[in-house]
Amino acid sequence: MDEFIKNILYIDLSRKKFWVEDRRKLFEEYLGGVGVASKILLEECPKNADPLGPENVIIFAVGPLNGLFPIASKTVACFKSPLTKSYGESHAGGRSAIAIRQAGYGAIVIKGASDTPVYVAVHGKNVLFRDASALWGLRNSITVGRVLREIEGGAGVRTIMRIGVAGENLVSYASVNTETYRHFGRLGLGAVFGSKKLKALIVSGKMTIPVSNSKKYRELYDKIYTTSIKSTLMKKYHDLGTASNIIPLNTINALPTKNLKESSFEYAENISGERLAEKYLGRRVACAHCPIACIHLASLREPYITEPYFYKTTMISYDHELLYALGSMIGVSNTEGALKLIDEVEKWGVDAMMTGTVLAWMTEAYEKGIIGENETLGLRLEWGSVEAYIKAIEYIVRRVNEFYKTASEGLDALASRYGGEEFALSYGGNGMPGYHTGPGAHITYLTGARHSHLDSAGYSLDQETLKGKQLSGKEISEKLYHEESWRQILSSLVVCFFSRGIYTPEIVCETLNILDYSFNEKELKRLGEKILRNKNDFKEREGFNMLNQKFPKRIFETPTPFGNLNEESLYESVKEFYKILKEHT
Amino acid sequence: MAKRLSVLDANRCTGCQSCMFACSRRFGAGGLAYSAIHVRSVGGIEHGFVVIVCRACSNPPCAKVCPVDALKIRIGGGVILDATRCIGCGFCVKSCPYGAIFWNERENKPNICIYCGYCSRYCPHDVIALEEIG
Repeated sequence: MDEFIKNILYIDLSRKKFWVEDRRKLFEEYLGGVGVASKILLEECPKNADPLGPENVIIFAVGPLNGLFPIASKTVACFKSPLTKSYGESHAGGRSAIAIRQAGYGAIVIKGASDTPVYVAVHGKNVLFRDASALWGLRNSITVGRVLREIEGGAGVRTIMRIGVAGENLVSYASVNTETYRHFGRLGLGAVFGSKKLKALIVSGKMTIPVSNSKKYRELYDKIYTTSIKSTLMKKYHDLGTASNIIPLNTINALPTKNLKESSFEYAENISGERLAEKYLGRRVACAHCPIACIHLASLREPYITEPYFYKTTMISYDHELLYALGSMIGVSNTEGALKLIDEVEKWGVDAMMTGTVLAWMTEAYEKGIIGENETLGLRLEWGSVEAYIKAIEYIVRRVNEFYKTASEGLDALASRYGGEEFALSYGGNGMPGYHTGPGAHITYLTGARHSHLDSAGYSLDQETLKGKQLSGKEISEKLYHEESWRQILSSLVVCFFSRGIYTPEIVCETLNILDYSFNEKELKRLGEKILRNKNDFKEREGFNMLNQKFPKRIFETPTPFGNLNEESLYESVKEFYKILKEHT
Repeated sequence: MAKRLSVLDANRCTGCQSCMFACSRRFGAGGLAYSAIHVRSVGGIEHGFVVIVCRACSNPPCAKVCPVDALKIRIGGGVILDATRCIGCGFCVKSCPYGAIFWNERENKPNICIYCGYCSRYCPHDVIALEEIG
């Protein structure tokens, strides 16, 4: 273990104080990233804490591989989620992980709340509380980044995490944007920032991280680097990016469309990675220390209607999940419409997936007459109505009336106030991701610690089993449990999940051994299970019970590539998953 | 012939900074403290990146301002740092119009490119290359 990773920077916004603690033991036991962050959350966040009260805590954690090995480019944030009122965890890349590591910290813990808007700048050992009153209320979160970029140092080696108006207004699924195009998107970290009157967190640094055997370090680095740039899997992420999923998913009837009333979309081609690359791709960019460059920026050129030959060109970052949520899920049939909506959520600082599922629920509720123009303030929310959706997003963010205020609290709030629970695509309060691939995907959404497709990647398991033999419910649960456990290790190191094929258990052990940790594969796997249990402990402490969770009725009505899902067997799988989780306790 | 790093096409740069990490890794360590190459955005990632590295000037201003003669002019262009003479005044950093001399806080001395081309071996998108000065 190096001399920096064990340092935790504590920032108390109530008292405007900061201090550093040496937490060697914690990092020895849990490596870093999610292992450390989830443990600190258990320590620091009191039971039944108000997610938007000063007692909630935000932990950003990086791991031993950040700054040392390629594609170790992610930061994990843990907090109590204002959306699910339970465990909150969100990951982002950009420059965040390298900046935190290079500032000399393994984790940054933010406690308390300021009474006036502030932003915090961490430049190595210097921690500065700065007034952010003039930035509060800025309409566009991209502008916030632009302003801070000019007044703070560290260009090229810094992260600028900031919230938009959604975070300030405590929208339950507000995001924290970093380096303009990356996001701590899910579960409402932006609202927690907002509740603490924290507009932004800037971190920069440029340290050296010593390694005891530099020859071996360089050899292993070269091995991982070469594998990563030659890998076909990584090529996919580089070429078309995750948007390359749209067409294959659509072809097998797995692309959620119009609030999952359908599972294929007539206009899928218009929101596909191929179409975007061909007509709009303007630039590809990378997270710091990742040679892959999977971030795709579309260049959208729009005329000003009032004046001839007057245009604006906007660079908009797109990915599969955004194109699903703000494309097929709400019936947006043209590329430019989807891009405009993506740009809106970027500017306001809200989770694209949650926003898409909320708009989808609203559109269906409007269609069914459950809500009317009294609620929508005259907006005709119909499938594909881009301009109405743009206005609706603003109304949600500004919480202009009771209906939009409820919408800003999420799908569960909408369903409990207006009905329509059967078509509210909510899992533990979190909106459904863009895969209706089969049982695996939906079991992941329900059992995953953060109700994300990335928890245990059931969508990926479904696509594998489609090609081979079908698995029993028990087999699915076992595979998902082991996948989720192993992912705790990847996100404790912290490497990007896209490199999971490169960072095999064997390679991870090699990297850790070079950094003077002694872990074998078995011990690592056991640690992954332990971290998963810690996360579940937090959830249960806050009242969550996996066995009480319900699948949305809608998912059983719309065929998957496996045909219609069997409700009973899905619940059986959840019981099985829970049993395995508890058996290992 | 003397060689130097050439930025072939900054528009191909994705900002992955693999070159910066490579430069520091020459010394067998992780992190960026020893990097003599720097990549940052052109005022926001949406506009792309600039790659800042020593141009190996034939008449280098950094050598002119060094009060202790720690920067020797290299035959063919560029400079060679004699770290034993360097007093850490930082004048060289200020003199470079490209901003291609970076400060090493750990050593309190400048990071000066040695034109080895190690960084270019880790550029996945052919942005930089070691070329003869001509």
